[in-house]
Amino acid sequence: MAIPLESLQLLRAPDLPDAVQHTIAQVQQSVLQVRSQGRGLGAAVIWSANGRILTNQHVVANPFVPLSVVFSDGRTSPTRVVKHHPTLDLALLAIEGDVTQAVPPARIAESARLRVGELVFAVGHPWGQRGMVTAGIISGWGRIVYPNGQRTVEYILSDVLLGPGNSGGPLVNADGAVVGINTMIQGGDLSVAIPTAEIQRWLAPAEHVL
Amino acid sequence: MEHNLHTTAPLGQLSQQMADAVERISPSLVLVDGRRRQAASGLVYASDLVLTADHVLEREEDLTIQTHDKRTLPAQFIGRDTANDLAVLRVADLNLAAAPIATGPARVGQFILAVGRPSSNGPMASLGIVSSVGGPLRTRRGGTLEQYIQTDAIPYPGFSGGPLIDAEGQVIGVTTTGLMRGPTLAVPARIAWRIAGTLAQHGHIKRGYLGISSQPIDLPASQRGEWQQERGLLISRVEEGSPAEAGGLLIGDILVACNQQPVLDTDDLQALLTGDAVDSVVAISVLRGGALNTLSVRIGLRS
Repeated sequence: MAIPLESLQLLRAPDLPDAVQHTIAQVQQSVLQVRSQGRGLGAAVIWSANGRILTNQHVVANPFVPLSVVFSDGRTSPTRVVKHHPTLDLALLAIEGDVTQAVPPARIAESARLRVGELVFAVGHPWGQRGMVTAGIISGWGRIVYPNGQRTVEYILSDVLLGPGNSGGPLVNADGAVVGINTMIQGGDLSVAIPTAEIQRWLAPAEHVL
Repeated sequence: MEHNLHTTAPLGQLSQQMADAVERISPSLVLVDGRRRQAASGLVYASDLVLTADHVLEREEDLTIQTHDKRTLPAQFIGRDTANDLAVLRVADLNLAAAPIATGPARVGQFILAVGRPSSNGPMASLGIVSSVGGPLRTRRGGTLEQYIQTDAIPYPGFSGGPLIDAEGQVIGVTTTGLMRGPTLAVPARIAWRIAGTLAQHGHIKRGYLGISSQPIDLPASQRGEWQQERGLLISRVEEGSPAEAGGLLIGDILVACNQQPVLDTDDLQALLTGDAVDSVVAISVLRGGALNTLSVRIGLRS
C-alpha cells in the first residue's frame, strides 16, 4: 500500500479537477499583467477594493516609462507607482480611472499559518503567456537580513515552476487565497515569494497616508 | 467570485495531508554537517544512529548533526558503503524516534515528497512522483545497486541523505545525488535499512567470495532444462582452495540461481553474495549436462 487509500480516493474523485478549477477561479480575475509600451513586464494582483495593486519593484523599476495594467478580461488601464520597497522587492500601484470597480480584490491568507508541504499555485504570465497556472508545494523558508542588520525577513520557498513574467503575481493556497507574491527564482529551481505577513506589515503604516 | 469552501475541500484535504506527512517525518530528519560547503540531511535509524549519504561526509572526524528541536550534537563516524552511497553515524543522546519505513514497494506514478534538512530554517520539501523503479544499476561509485527509485521531485542542495516519503510520512527511499549524474535517485528504504544495519554492526559492507570466473551467456531453449531461464553464467575458472571448489562447482557448469534467486549476470551474483551471505551456506544452482544441480557452498569473505 504505497499510496494511502484516502489519497487514492481523492485523486480518483471527479470533484478534484473541479476543486483545482474553483481554487484558481478564486484568484484569476484579480491577477493583472503590467505592461509598458506594448510589452509585458510582469504580473500584479489587486490587493484592495480601492484599486491598489501589488507587484514586484523590479517589474516597475524604470521610472521613465508609462505603465498600464491589463485585466483578465482584456481591459487595460493606466497605472502609477504609489510606493515601493527595494529590500522586499515590492511596489504598490494605483489604477487611474474606475476600471477596478467591477473587479474584486484577491482574498489574502495569513502566511504565518503556512506549513511546509502545503499545496500552492502560481498565477502569472511566464514568457508572455497570460493567466498561466503552475502547481507545487511550500518547500520551506529562507531568511534575509535587512541591509541595516536590524531585522530578519522570512521568505517563502516553493517548487512551483516560474518563468519571466511570473514576477509580481500571486502564490495562492489550496483555498485560492494569496499567501505571497512570486518574486524570483533561486538557483534555477527554487521559487521565492514574499509572504503576505511582510506585505501587510509594509502596507499597514501607510494606510493613514493613503 | 463567491468563495465556496465545499468545492475546494478535497484540495484542502490533499494539501493538509502533505503538510502532515512532512510534519510526521520532521523529528526523524536531521542536518548532517560533514563537509565544507552545504550541509546535508540524515535520517534517524535507531535511537542513537543516523543514516546519511556517504558522499556528503568529506571527513570522518569533527562531525555534527542538528535535530528538529535545534540541538547540535557531535556524531561519531561508524561506517560507510561507498558503492551504495550510504553511511552511518552514532550520536549519543540523540533520543529521537526512528523514521518509519513504508511497508510496500514504491510504485511508478505514486505521489512522493522529497524532504531534507539542509539548514536550521526547518525542513524543506518538494513534490513529485516515483518516475521509475529499476535496477540493478551500476553506479558511478563502482558498485551495483540491486534496485533504485527515480523521482522528478527537485533535490534541493543538501537533500542527499534525506528521504523520499509517501503521503503518510513513511520513508520510501533515501535520496542521493551521488549515485548517478542527472536524475535524482533514491536507495529503496528496505535496502538502505539493511545496509545501515550491517554498517552499524560491522562498520563496513562484507563482500562475498565465491572463487569463480564466469561469463554471461544466452541459454538456448533446448538447454535451459527444468529451470527455463534465458540467461546464466558459464563458469570458466574455479580457483584452487576457494569456496566454489569446496562446494563442488566445476568448469563448464552454468550458474543460474543463488538461494532460488535467478542469476542472469555477474551483477546479480555480486548482489546476492553481499552482506549476510558472507560466511553462510548458500544454495548455488547450476545446469550440468542439461540437468539442474543444487550445491551447498559456504561463502567466504573477500579481502
